[in-house]
Amino acid sequence: MTAAIEVRAVEKRFGNVGVIRDLNLSVNRGERHAIIGPNGAGKSTTFNLISGHIRPTSGEVRLNGDVISGLRPFEINRRGLSRSFQVTNVFARMTVWENVRCAVLWATGHRYAFWKNVDSLPEVRQRTAEILDDIHLTHRRDVPAGLLTYAEQRELEIGVTIASGATVVMLDEPTAGMSNAETERAVALIRRLTEGRTLVIVEHDMSVVFGLADRISVLVYGHIIASGTPEEIRRDPKVREAYLGEEAH
Amino acid sequence: MTAAVTSASHPLAKSAGSPLRFYAIWLIGIAALIILPLLFSSGGSLTSFSLIGIAIVFALSYNILLGQTGLLSFGHAVHYGLGGFAACHMMNAVVAHGWPIPLPFIPLFGGLGGLAFAMLLGWVMTKRAGTVFAMISLGIGELVASSSLILRSVFGGEAGITTDRTALPRMFGWTFGPQLQVYYLIAFWLVLSAIAMYALTRTPLGRISNAVRDNPERVQFIGYDPHVVRYLAYCFAGFFAGIAGGLAAISFEIANSAYLGAIQSGLVLFSTFIGGTAYFFGPILGAILVTYLQLGLTSLTSVWQLYFGIIFIGIVMFSPGGIAGLLMMHRPLIRAGTLGMVIPSYLLAVVPTAALACGVILTIETVARYSGGDAINLFGVAFNPQSPVTWAVAAVLVVGGFLVARLTWQRIAEAWDRAATVARDRGYLA
Amino acid sequence: MLELIVISTLNGVLFGMLLFLLSSGLTVIFSMMGVLNFAHASFYMLGAFFGFQLTKWVGFWPALLLAPLLVGAIGMAVERYGLRNTHKHGHVAELLLTFGLAFAIEEIVSMIWGKTPLDYRVPALLDFPAFTIFSTNYPAYKLFMLAVSVTIFVVLLIVLKRTRVGLIVQAALTHPHMVGHLGHNVGRVFMVVFGVGSALAGLAGVIAGPALVTQSDMAAALGPILFVVIVFGGLGSLPGAFIASLVIGLVQTFAVALNGSLASAFGPLDPAAGPSVLTDIWNVTIAQVAPIVPYLLLVLVLIVRPVGLMGTRES
Repeated sequence: MTAAIEVRAVEKRFGNVGVIRDLNLSVNRGERHAIIGPNGAGKSTTFNLISGHIRPTSGEVRLNGDVISGLRPFEINRRGLSRSFQVTNVFARMTVWENVRCAVLWATGHRYAFWKNVDSLPEVRQRTAEILDDIHLTHRRDVPAGLLTYAEQRELEIGVTIASGATVVMLDEPTAGMSNAETERAVALIRRLTEGRTLVIVEHDMSVVFGLADRISVLVYGHIIASGTPEEIRRDPKVREAYLGEEAH
Repeated sequence: MTAAVTSASHPLAKSAGSPLRFYAIWLIGIAALIILPLLFSSGGSLTSFSLIGIAIVFALSYNILLGQTGLLSFGHAVHYGLGGFAACHMMNAVVAHGWPIPLPFIPLFGGLGGLAFAMLLGWVMTKRAGTVFAMISLGIGELVASSSLILRSVFGGEAGITTDRTALPRMFGWTFGPQLQVYYLIAFWLVLSAIAMYALTRTPLGRISNAVRDNPERVQFIGYDPHVVRYLAYCFAGFFAGIAGGLAAISFEIANSAYLGAIQSGLVLFSTFIGGTAYFFGPILGAILVTYLQLGLTSLTSVWQLYFGIIFIGIVMFSPGGIAGLLMMHRPLIRAGTLGMVIPSYLLAVVPTAALACGVILTIETVARYSGGDAINLFGVAFNPQSPVTWAVAAVLVVGGFLVARLTWQRIAEAWDRAATVARDRGYLA
Repeated sequence: MLELIVISTLNGVLFGMLLFLLSSGLTVIFSMMGVLNFAHASFYMLGAFFGFQLTKWVGFWPALLLAPLLVGAIGMAVERYGLRNTHKHGHVAELLLTFGLAFAIEEIVSMIWGKTPLDYRVPALLDFPAFTIFSTNYPAYKLFMLAVSVTIFVVLLIVLKRTRVGLIVQAALTHPHMVGHLGHNVGRVFMVVFGVGSALAGLAGVIAGPALVTQSDMAAALGPILFVVIVFGGLGSLPGAFIASLVIGLVQTFAVALNGSLASAFGPLDPAAGPSVLTDIWNVTIAQVAPIVPYLLLVLVLIVRPVGLMGTRES
């Protein structure tokens, strides 16, 4: 079986600074894979490289066996990879309902249609309603996204990301800045919504990582130093030295 | 037209207007268009209504770019003008070849003229959004306006291209000679275009345009190419601007390079922005106001354009939502029943604000007429522009008006806060 | 022919340097504040009109100093009381504010000075031919303009490379998002930068006024070309603005000087064909096309390289 995401020898330089060097990462289909690492290790850059936000200087990224590096973000998204952003990045002046619905439109095949009434597309309406229900924002459906509370915006961010029904979902620090109760809720939400899909998650909260992930990769200075099950990562001496050791301080 | 808001706007679930009210508003609008010329039947007012109708179509087309897609264009008149020329050439060709195309179909060819140019250059222009698009649209606008003077065979040089709308085949026995018939033709196309443009906002493309406006980066991660979205929106805007140009060509029986120029582009930007870009009906208000002022002020003062500039700057600085935004701000207060809390502060502000406005007008007119102009007639009071008394009155009005008005504006802000807090508590404001 | 080339090159470089005096200020303001100042050409126009008026009152040389200072003060006021309050509404609102301002300034200028060209003369001290080349007398005033432009260019370069404000500006050029993190006094730096940029535009106006036409539509005529320059050079790039200024200055000057047309090169078209777009294009002279040359360059660069000559930024 081919891996959902396969990153091979990817390198990214900004000017003379190599941010990512010889990055190799393999994410199996259906697994929940967490990427951890100290600040500035290049976790977000890795996300940007995979999702097409920036292009690798060299190396290649494969999605379900097909090379996607060099494609543009929307082309990658149409192939079934969807991502969220660390900083909430939705459509601020549009309502919660509109936000989710826009994210549903491409996948339901309506694309750039200008001859259909968007309000009378039953499958779009149904799917949007389901997702709103899933992210517990049905009661806020007509509120502009910019006016939501922080936690609500983070939930909407997740909703917009999974709305297209992508098979590979990448979440960039979905619980950052949340309280403990909110984090718990968000983790339950993520667990439920990514059932049957491949999940790649960047996360700082170790309880979230070890509670959620099937496998973990540790990124240090733009290089994966270890990949494995939570147990293997916990025991790995390199990881303890480079990363978990710091946490213990 | 309260239900006719774009996606952006209204906050609460219970605020969604019923379909009945929605259709009622459109029907009232159509009825008003039919009845208006019966109430004001003079040639002058018919011409004014015709101009306003054209301006509304033009402004609505501009809002497809600015309000819906977030594209600030400084060259929208290009499509208006090319639509006008296309319509003129079509009319002349119909007459010359004896084609059986009656006049009411001509605006469609204007639209196609605008669309053709949008399709041709739009792809390059919409590669980038924001400031760069604004500059490019300005450059393309200048390019077309200057080229129109070179390509004399198409654009007729300085004189333009003339035509005769009565020479076309008749429809329902109408010659379209009388202004009344032209008015109804414009009203018909106004309704048709407005419905089409409103419908466009309710399509998948319309909604994705809003998303591109809000966040072009994120749109790429829900499967859309923002460039394609901008391009399609640009083409629609070009098409409807072309229809407006075609209507203008019919109304004036001429198309010339002024149709294409920077002034026309600036006016449509003013109308749309002053009216308000966040609501579908905003540009309609703006077009009515700006055209009406344009017609009314030209006879009163030689510097009417300066007043436009000042109104525009005022709107940009103090009410970027335009008139529609100002009006719609009060909706939640009305619903929550707290409008009464702000009304007194408004009434209090009226007098000093009006004094300030009079002072500014007096100052401008004094400067404008200092060297050999007529006396200033401000609401029935005559002022001599060379008299120190006038200068003193102007200074007192400006300075005193401003100082007092500023206090009353603060009161408005405080009253607003209180009213909004109550409205929020009652659940009418997010 | 050689004469035409030499003179046009001189005039072209002069026009280019003048454009750079304007586009450099515009570029720096844009890089630091994210605002494309639509009214920049209007400040240039104000410079010319203030220069004219002050020359009448106190003479050219004091005017050369006072008019730019006055324009700079207006620029600072615009930043302080206009742009700073509009900032919260976003860059489009800021651009629209300067657009409205440009419109209002043109109206105010034509209200005060009228719509006809002013009799703004070259100062007597410089009213002589500097040298005669072939058969053309080259006016000393134009050399003076060139000298002022080059001096400002050099001073700017030194300020950018050697002073603290220069360092901040440079940082802003390369990392526009970091300006907000500079901490203290960002507001004042913005105001000063905006003021200096406006004053430079005003200076360009004072010295260009006597050589070109001083008229209330001069901002509207120059503004679009200025924007072409900075888009062509790449938004936010000073070297790009410099190259683009010179290219457009030279191209346009040469175009104006050339009288050839396709008809003169290849002979007239068959007159039996009658007038058409082809005959229009065939018969138009290069000089007649000159006004649209900058815009044609703009379209070309957009197709070939959408970020501009030296641009790196997406928006």
